[in-house]
Amino acid sequence: MTAQNSNSAVLQIRQLDAWFGQHHAVHGVSLEIEPKTVTAIIGPSGCGKSTFIRCLNRLHEEVPSARASGQVWLENQDIYASDVDPVRIRRKIGMVFQKPNPFPAMSIFDNVAAGLKLSGIRRRSVLREVVERSLRNAALWEEVKDKLTAPGTSLSGGQQQRLCIARALAVQPPVLLMDEPTSALDPISTAKIEELIQELKREVTIVIVTHNMQQAARISDKTAFFLMGDLVEFGDTSTVFTVPKEERTERYITGKFG
Amino acid sequence: MNSVQLHEYMSRTHQRRKWVDRWMSGLLFLAALAALVPLFSVLGYVIWNGAGYLNWDFFSKLPKPVGENGGGMANALAGTCTLVATASLIGVPWGVAAGVFLSEYGDGKLGTIVRFATDMLASVPSIVIGLFVYTLVVVPMGGFSAMAGGVALAIIMIPIVARSTEEIVRLVPVHIREAGLALGVSRWKVILRIVLRGCVSGITTGVMLAVARVAGETAPLLLTSLNNQYWNLGITGPIASLPVQIYSYAISPFDEWHGLAWAGALLLVLMVFVVNVLARLVFGTGGSGRD
Amino acid sequence: MVPEEKLAAVSAVQNVTAHSHREKHFSDRLFFWFLRASGLGVLALLLSIGIFLFRASQPAIEYFGWNFLSSQNWDPVAKDFGALAVVFGTVVSSVLAMLIATPMSIGVALFLNELAPRSVARLAGFLVEMLAAIPSVVYGLWGFFLLAPWMRSTVQPFLGEYFGFDFFPIFLGPPYGVGMLTAGVILSIMVTPTVSSICREVFKAVPRANREAALALGATRWESMKVSVLRASRVGIVGAVILGLGRALGETMAVTMVIGNRTEISSSLFAPAQSMASIIASEYPEAAEKLHLAALAEIGLLLFGVTFVMNAIARLFVWQVKRRVKG
Repeated sequence: MTAQNSNSAVLQIRQLDAWFGQHHAVHGVSLEIEPKTVTAIIGPSGCGKSTFIRCLNRLHEEVPSARASGQVWLENQDIYASDVDPVRIRRKIGMVFQKPNPFPAMSIFDNVAAGLKLSGIRRRSVLREVVERSLRNAALWEEVKDKLTAPGTSLSGGQQQRLCIARALAVQPPVLLMDEPTSALDPISTAKIEELIQELKREVTIVIVTHNMQQAARISDKTAFFLMGDLVEFGDTSTVFTVPKEERTERYITGKFG
Repeated sequence: MNSVQLHEYMSRTHQRRKWVDRWMSGLLFLAALAALVPLFSVLGYVIWNGAGYLNWDFFSKLPKPVGENGGGMANALAGTCTLVATASLIGVPWGVAAGVFLSEYGDGKLGTIVRFATDMLASVPSIVIGLFVYTLVVVPMGGFSAMAGGVALAIIMIPIVARSTEEIVRLVPVHIREAGLALGVSRWKVILRIVLRGCVSGITTGVMLAVARVAGETAPLLLTSLNNQYWNLGITGPIASLPVQIYSYAISPFDEWHGLAWAGALLLVLMVFVVNVLARLVFGTGGSGRD
Repeated sequence: MVPEEKLAAVSAVQNVTAHSHREKHFSDRLFFWFLRASGLGVLALLLSIGIFLFRASQPAIEYFGWNFLSSQNWDPVAKDFGALAVVFGTVVSSVLAMLIATPMSIGVALFLNELAPRSVARLAGFLVEMLAAIPSVVYGLWGFFLLAPWMRSTVQPFLGEYFGFDFFPIFLGPPYGVGMLTAGVILSIMVTPTVSSICREVFKAVPRANREAALALGATRWESMKVSVLRASRVGIVGAVILGLGRALGETMAVTMVIGNRTEISSSLFAPAQSMASIIASEYPEAAEKLHLAALAEIGLLLFGVTFVMNAIARLFVWQVKRRVKG
C-alpha cells in the first residue's frame, strides 16, 4: 500500500470502468473528491452517472452480470483491492436512492436503527440516542418524534426520503452518496432536502447524482459532467456552469441537447 | 457513542456477521440440495426397479393370476386411455369455455366469483371428488364404472384447464380484439377465429399438463372405476387403470407384482416429465415469464 | 412496465366488454350465454360437492350427531363410528409435514431467488417443480418400499435413542417404519414445491431497492435477505404455509400407503395411524354397510370443509400481498 495521503482527497477514483454484461457503461473515469464538499454528477440519462456512483460503494456489482474494475481509494485503502470486503466499505459510505425505500414492515425507529442493530448494537439507550441524533440531522425529528413506532412507509414521500437519509447517517459514514434523491419528490420536499444537504456537508462528504442542472448549480461545490460513459469535465461548479472548458459541456448546460 | 467508537464496534462484530452470513448461505444451499434429493431418489429407484419389467409383455399382456410369473398391464394401460379420453371429452371443452369466459367477460363480480370457485375446485382433495362422483354417478348407475372414473377425472381437469386457458388468452393484446371488432366482425367470431386461434398451442399445452396430472390420479378412481383384472368392455363397467393397478400391486405381497408396479410408476413418471418439458419449451420459462 | 399503460389496457378491456350483456347479435348472445353457463357450471360443481356429500353423510349425521366429532371409536363391526382418531391423524401428520416443509421451502426459495446464479436457479426451479408433478401413487410406492424401511432401520431408532423421553413420548415405542412420522415426512416432500414456489413469487414482489438499501447500509447478503425480503414477506409466507397445509390435509395415496392404516390415537409418532383421506381410500371401496359408508362420507364432508376454509384463507393472504405490490 503506497502513501496515498499526499493530498487531501477523501475519495480518489482512478481509471474506473463499469460494465453491464457486454455494455461498457463507465469508461476509465478518474476523479478526486474533496472532504466536506458536495460534488454533483450531471449528464443526460443513460450517461453512466448512476452506475458511476454505485461503483463507489461497490453496489454496482450486486446486479447480476454487472462488474467494475479500477481503483477507488478511501482512507488509504483501495476498495477494489482483492482483500477488501465490500460489506465493510458500505458501512463507511452511505447511500440514498432515487425512490425513498424505507424497510417495509418496520417502524420509523427501527428503520433508523437498522444499521446499528445489524452490527449487534442492542442497548436501548445507545439506539435511542443515535436515532434521535440522526433524525435531527436529517431534519425529521420534529415531525416524527411522537410517532416513532409508526411504520416508516406511513410517512409522506419527502419524509420517507429524509428517513432514508437518517438511516444512512445513523452509522456515521464519512461519505454519503445520493442517487437522484429528489427526482421522485415534489418541489417543497426537494427544497427541504437541498437545504439539508447544505447542513450535512459540514460533517459529511456528499456525492450527488442529479438530472436537474439548476439543482447542481444551487447545492454543489464541484460538478462532474458525464456523457455516454465518459467524464467530460470536472471542476468548480461556478466554473463548469459559467465558463466550461469543453464545448460538449456548454452545449448540455445551455440545453442544446440531452 | 461517537463515530470512532461506532466504527470500531462495527469492525469487532464484522467477523461474526461474516461468519453467520456464510453459514446461512451454506444452509440455504443445503436446503435447495435437500429438496432435490427425493426427486433423484424417486427417479433413480423407479428406473432401477422398473426398467427391467418395462418390456413388450408389460404393454401387451393381461395380469397373470397369483403365483404365475410374467403378465403385463395391457388392460390397465387401455383403461387409463379410456378414462383420460372420457375425462377430456367432458373436461376440455368445459374448462376451455370457462377459461374464455374468465378472460373475456371475467372482470366483473360474476367473474371474480367464478374465478374463486375455479381456484377452490382445484384445491378440493381428489379423494373428496371421488366421493362426490360416487354419490353422483356410481350410486344411480348401480355400480363402479369407467364412466364414473372419467367424470371424476374431468372434474379435476376443469379448473386446471380453465385457469391455464384464462392466463393464455389474457396475453392476447386488447388491440387485436379491437382490430377485429372494428372490422365489423361479431364478437364470437373475433374470439373464436382471431383470439383463440393465436392461443391454440398455449391452450393445448395447458390441456396436456391437465392430462398428465389426471393420468396419475389414483384416489378418485378407487371410488369410481375401481379395478378389473380383465379386458374391459364399454364404459359402464369397472375398468382397470395404471395408477390403481400400481397401488394394488404395491400393497400385494408378491415380488413379481412389485416389479410391475415399479414399471408402471416408471411409465407414469416418464409421461409426466415429457409433458412438463414440452410445456416448458412452449411457455419458455414455464409460465413464469408473465408480467 | 409503465403503470399508465396497464391502466389503459385494463380500461380498454372494460370498454370492450362493458356491453357484453346487451350483445346486439343473436349469435353473440348465444355465445356469451354458453361461456357464462360453463363458468357458472364450475360454481355449480363446487356447490354440489358440498350438497351431495352432505346428503350422503345424512345417516351418520342423524345417528351420531356431534358425538361423531368427539368419539375416537372406529369399529365397523360394532357400527360405532367417530372421527376423532382420523382428524388427529390428519392434523398431526400435516402439521409435522409443515414443520419440516416450511423452513425447507423458505430456504429453497431464498437460495433460488437471492443467491443462485440465474442459470442454476432456472434449472433447479424446474426440478423442484417436477417434484410437484410426480403422481401421488408413485410417492406412495417409493415411500412404502424405501422411505418406510429406512425410517424403521435408521431414523426412528436414532430418534428413539436420543429423543425418546418418557415425559414427551412422541419418539418412544417400536419403530414400525410405516406410521405417522413417515406420513409427515412424505407429505413434507410433496408440499415443499408448492410452498416454495409461492414463496418465490412473494419474494419477487419485494422491490430490488429494498435489498439495495440494506446492502448500502453495510448489511451482509443474509442480513439483507432477513431485513428486506423476509420481513416484508411475512404475510405472504403465512399464506403459502396455509396453502401447503391445505394440500397436506387432503393428500391421499402416498399417505394411505405409508401411514399404517390403524384408526387409533397414539402418543408415539412411530405408531401406525390413519388420516381422513386415507381412511376413505382404504375402507370405502370395501365398505358395504350403509352407516359405514355414511360415516366415511361425513369424513369426506369434513375434509372438504376444512380444505375449503384453509384455501380460502390462504388465497386472501397471498392476494393481499399481490394487491399491495400492484397498488
